[in-house]
Amino acid sequence: MKNLIRFILRFHFVILFIIIEFVSLSVAFQFNNYQKAKVVKIIQNIKGFHHAKILSITEYLKLRETNEKLAFENVRLNNILQQAYRSDEIFFYKKEDTIFKQQYYLTTAKVINNSVNKQHNFITLNKGFEQGVKPEMAVISPDGVVGIVFGVSKRYSTVISLLNTNLKISAKLKKDDYFGSLEWDGKDYRNAVLNEIPYHVNIRRGDTIITSGYSTIFPEGVLLGYIDDFQVEGGNFYKIKVILSTDFKNLTYISLISNLHKQEQFKLENFFPDD
Amino acid sequence: MINLVLRNSARLIFLVLFQVLILDNIQISVYINPFMYVLFILLIPFETPGWLLLVSAFLLGFSVDLFEHTPGLHSSASVFMAFLRPVVLKITSPREGYEPNTYPRLSYYGFRWFLNYTVILVFAHHLFLFYLEVFSITNFFGTLLRIILSSVFSIVLIILSQYLIYKK
Repeated sequence: MKNLIRFILRFHFVILFIIIEFVSLSVAFQFNNYQKAKVVKIIQNIKGFHHAKILSITEYLKLRETNEKLAFENVRLNNILQQAYRSDEIFFYKKEDTIFKQQYYLTTAKVINNSVNKQHNFITLNKGFEQGVKPEMAVISPDGVVGIVFGVSKRYSTVISLLNTNLKISAKLKKDDYFGSLEWDGKDYRNAVLNEIPYHVNIRRGDTIITSGYSTIFPEGVLLGYIDDFQVEGGNFYKIKVILSTDFKNLTYISLISNLHKQEQFKLENFFPDD
Repeated sequence: MINLVLRNSARLIFLVLFQVLILDNIQISVYINPFMYVLFILLIPFETPGWLLLVSAFLLGFSVDLFEHTPGLHSSASVFMAFLRPVVLKITSPREGYEPNTYPRLSYYGFRWFLNYTVILVFAHHLFLFYLEVFSITNFFGTLLRIILSSVFSIVLIILSQYLIYKK
């Protein structure tokens, strides 16, 4: 016993180092997303306040650009509306139709913190669960996919950016529906990599990549980017370099998409009857 | 004594806030991410007992982790750096050894000494941090380039800060 105490006293520096390092490393590897979200929640209200202050300045400087973007978005939406009126006349007044039910609804939020230079980038939004934001909502900008909601506090929420090496998104080619998974390779914020497209598929530079809609999170057909370069890797699959359509350095207003049928689909897909 | 503790605690708080509120918002590129908060471990007095060195390094990393959403990442890297510090102090020690009533600063032991001391420790810290963050060897040299560029920026910032704050 005496020897043990003497040993501990003599090597306390190394022993303490090993203990602390062991604790921090196990925390680093074991913290799952849920616990992380809880810790993040506490700190977020402080951080959100600070960023809201800084943002009010940068927002003013970007006003002209944002206006332009909103104007474009308005034109686009107006076009869609006119088409909607026309189809109304045909379908809605002549037939009572119960087939078309709303599956997705959208809300907007403002980006108040964003990074592009880490391996695991996150975005902070100025809306939280008081405004109806929930984890696993899809986040898109007028230009394309941004990410997935991850942690939600009272008035703020964090988004796992597409620029996060942990995030994979199910994507497909617009022209012939072959699907694969898109992820960021951690190098440049303008590019990502699309894997798992079989090599017999005929692809070209400039082909459009959209979301596949196979997950319950993103609707089908949201723009992801365009093919820049490709090579065959491992014999059977392409490794495709994609130029992302969203400019992550320039995010201001984004839309949050909620899937109203998510629970239903999830329940069905995870239902295994006993034999 | 109490004055010394207060001064170091204030430095810890200041460096953490400077890191998370200012440096983290200056996003130059994926390849350049300076982490200047390690200056705290460099400047802690020579006589600090080992356990206090490790615990304060843990507190430092932990507070940065809280703001960066990276549990355990910065904590383990700073504790690793604090563990190396006594060894590095021994390696880089001047011929006459370290005198009492002095601090590990550029103004006491000169530019050459401070540069050696800083380069070894900051590089070790960044090496540990970046490889733990990526946690794979698929992009080994890409990560190494990020480590070298970020270390250079951190070291430049640290040395500039010494000239700005402790003028003789």
